[in-house]
Amino acid sequence: MSKVLLSGDEAVARGAWEAGVSVAAAYPGTPSTEILENMAQYKDDVYATWANNEKIATEIAIGASIGGLRAFAAMKHVGMNVATDPMFTVAYTGVNGGLMLVTADDPGAHSSQNEQDNRLYAPHARMAMLEPSDSQECLDFTKAAFDISEKFDLVVELRMTTRVCHSKSIVELGPRQNVPPKKYESNPAKFSMLPAHARVRHYKVEENLRALAEYSETSPLNKVEHAGSKLGIVASGINYMHAHEAFGEGVGYLKLGITYPIAENLVRDFCSKYDEIIVIEEGEPYLENTLKAMGIKCHGKAELGPQGELSASRIREAFGLPGENDTYESPAQAPNRPPVLCAGCPHRGFYYSLRKHKDKLVAVDDIGCYALGASAPFFGFDAGICMGSGFSIPIGLSLALKAQGDTRKAFGILGDSTFFHSGFNSLVDAVHQQADVCLVLLDNSITAMTGHQENAGTEISLMGYEVPAISIDKMVAATGLAPERVRVVDPIDQKAMDEAIEAALATEGTFVIITRRPCALLREVIKARAGRHCEIDADKCKGCKACMRVACPAMKFADGKAEIVDIANCTACGLCAQMCKFGAINVVGGAK
Amino acid sequence: MTSILLTGVGGQGTILMTKILSKALVELGYDVKMSEIHGMSQRGGTVNTQLRFGEKVYAPNISEGDADIIVAFEKVEALRALPYLKKGGRIVMDSHEIYSMPVLTGEESYPSDADELLKKTVGNVLVIPASKIAEKLGNGKVQNVCLLGALAKALGLDHVDWNKLIADTVPAKMVEINQAAFKAGWDY
Repeated sequence: MSKVLLSGDEAVARGAWEAGVSVAAAYPGTPSTEILENMAQYKDDVYATWANNEKIATEIAIGASIGGLRAFAAMKHVGMNVATDPMFTVAYTGVNGGLMLVTADDPGAHSSQNEQDNRLYAPHARMAMLEPSDSQECLDFTKAAFDISEKFDLVVELRMTTRVCHSKSIVELGPRQNVPPKKYESNPAKFSMLPAHARVRHYKVEENLRALAEYSETSPLNKVEHAGSKLGIVASGINYMHAHEAFGEGVGYLKLGITYPIAENLVRDFCSKYDEIIVIEEGEPYLENTLKAMGIKCHGKAELGPQGELSASRIREAFGLPGENDTYESPAQAPNRPPVLCAGCPHRGFYYSLRKHKDKLVAVDDIGCYALGASAPFFGFDAGICMGSGFSIPIGLSLALKAQGDTRKAFGILGDSTFFHSGFNSLVDAVHQQADVCLVLLDNSITAMTGHQENAGTEISLMGYEVPAISIDKMVAATGLAPERVRVVDPIDQKAMDEAIEAALATEGTFVIITRRPCALLREVIKARAGRHCEIDADKCKGCKACMRVACPAMKFADGKAEIVDIANCTACGLCAQMCKFGAINVVGGAK
Repeated sequence: MTSILLTGVGGQGTILMTKILSKALVELGYDVKMSEIHGMSQRGGTVNTQLRFGEKVYAPNISEGDADIIVAFEKVEALRALPYLKKGGRIVMDSHEIYSMPVLTGEESYPSDADELLKKTVGNVLVIPASKIAEKLGNGKVQNVCLLGALAKALGLDHVDWNKLIADTVPAKMVEINQAAFKAGWDY
C-alpha cells in the first residue's frame, strides 16, 4: 500500500473511511476542522455534514449508531463542552454501530479561549479513550476505536491535541473495510434512558469498561520500551514524542494508547522495574493522579505545570537534562506582527463605527474573526467568553449597568455561524425578556475564522450539494421584534452603520443590527473585485492620517503622506476613501 | 536529523513549499515530520512551519536552538526566528519587506538593515530577492518555490527530479512558472 504524508486530521478522516464509517458530522473548530473537510472527499461512501453545533453533530452520529451505522462526530475541546449533554448519556446506552467522538484539545491555546484537558471527560462520562501520537496512529487508532466501540459496547473518545492534528507524518494507507449496516431493532431498554433503564445501564457500562480494561492489558495500542535504566517514563499522545526527544534512548518508556480505562497490571509491571517514574503530560495531571491512586510513586506535574504546550526543550529545562543547543543573541528587535483584520474585512467598518460611539456603550463579543477587533485601534469590546454568549452576556450585563446608574447600553457582537450555533437561542431570550440590549449580527456569509466552512446560511453543503440557505433575517423577524428595532446595513457604508448604532442607542429595549457584507477572502468576492483598488492622489493628500485610523494592512503612512502599499491586497472596499475629507482617495481599475 | 524552520507572514505560501520539499524527502527514504500552527495567526500574523527529517524523527516541532536552517519569506521574520537557529546554522532569506500594523501606523520602526545585521551575527546567510524574481517571472506568488530552489541547493538535494515533483503538485497552468522559479532559486 502507498505511503503518504498526512496531517493527524487527514489521517483520522482516512482511518474513518477505512473503518467503514458511514456518517460523520462536526461543527468547525481549530484544530479539528480539517477532519470533516477531508471526509467530504469520501462522499460516495460517507454522509459527511457540518452541523450547527457540536451537540447536534454528536446527536446525528448517535442516531446513525443506534440505527446500525458506524459514525463519529469531531469537535475542538471547547466544542465537547457543548456536546456533553448527549455524550454523558449515550455513554450509558452504548452503541449499535460503532460510535467515536473526536476531541481536538489545544494546549498552548494557539486558537482557543482556554486550555482545558478533555482526557478528564472519559472517566467522568464513562467512555473509552484512545490517544494517538502521530498520523499513522491517528489512522490506526481511529480504526481500532470502531472495533472497540462495537466489541465492548462503549462510546470511544479519540483525544488529539493541536500538535497531533496539525503535524504531518508518514502514513500507510489501506482499503475500505466493508461494514454493512447492523440491523436496526427497537430496544428501548438500551437506548431510551428513562430512570429505570438508566439505572440498569449504569451497571452495564461499568461492566463493559472492566472488560475493556482487561483487553487493554495486552492491546498493541499500548507500547513498552524497556532500557534497563533507573528511570522510567510514562506518557501518551504527542508527549511521548517530546519525552523521547528530551530523555533519549537510555530510559524506559511506557506509551499508553488506551488511556481510559487504564491497563493497571501493565502499568504496575512497568513501574516496578524502575527506581524513578516520571509522567510527561500536558494539561492536567491525569495520568499522574491515576498512577498515584494506584499507589505508584511518580512525579512530573510539579516540574512541568499545567499550562501551555510541551516541547523537548521545556522538558529538558524542567528536569535539568543536557542537550540544549547554543543559539544566537538577536542583533535587533523585530517589530511586533499581531494578527489583524484583513484588508477589506467587513468587520473593520463595523468596529470603526462602534469606536466612534464608545462612550455610550459597553460591548461583549463572541468567537470568530471579529475577536480581532479587540486590539488597537478599535478596542471594540470588554468581554468575550464562548460561542453564542455574545448575545446572552449583554442581557445580564445590562442589568448590572442599570443597577449602578450606568446609562451606557450593553451591545453584543457575534457572526452568522455563531448565530446558527447557539446565538439564536440567546436572541430569543433577549427579545422574550425585553432586554435593554443591542445585538449586532456580523453576517459575512461564511464560517470565516476556521477557513470558510459552509453553514446553515450558505447555499452549498460540505459535500458540495445545493441546499436551501436559512434566512437570518426571517429568523430574527420570527422572534416578533418590531421592524423598527431591526436594521440591516452594509458595515463599510459608514453613514448607514453610524445611523444604525445611533438608532440602537436612542431605543430603549432590544435592538438588532445585521451587518451584511461577505468575507473579503471569499472566491466570488475576489473575482468580483478583480483589478479594482484604491488609489491615493499624493497632491491632494494633506497627511492628516484620518484614513490610517481604520488600520488597513494595505495602507502605509510615510514621508507625510498616506499610500496604498499593497495594491494586490487592497479590495477597493473604499472605507479609507470615506475617511478622507480632501477627496484624495478613489477607487480605480477593473472592468466594473 | 535535520530541522528546518520556515517563517513568513500568513498567506505567503509556506504550505505549498513544504509540501513539495517533504514529498522529495519521503522519496529519498527519510522519516519526515512537519508541523505548523494555523488558525488565528493566518490573519496577517507570523506563520511558522517546521520540518524535520532523518532516519527517525520523534517530536514534530523545533525547540529554540534546534534549527539547522531558517528559511525566511520576509526580512524581519528571519530576525524574529533567530533564537531557533542552532549555533553554526544557516539562514536562507528573502529581502522582501512586509510591514505589520504597528509599523504601518508608525508606532514601531522596521529595521530594514535586518539582513546585514544577521550576516554579521550568523555569517552563513543567503539573501535572495525571491519576491522580485517571482514578480519578474510574472507572478509574485511563486516566491515560495524560488526559495525552495535556494533551500534545495543549500541542503544538497540534487538527486531529486524537482521538475516532476513540481508538476505533480501545482495546477497545470502554473507548472512552467514554478519550475522557472525553482531554477532561479537554485542558480542564485
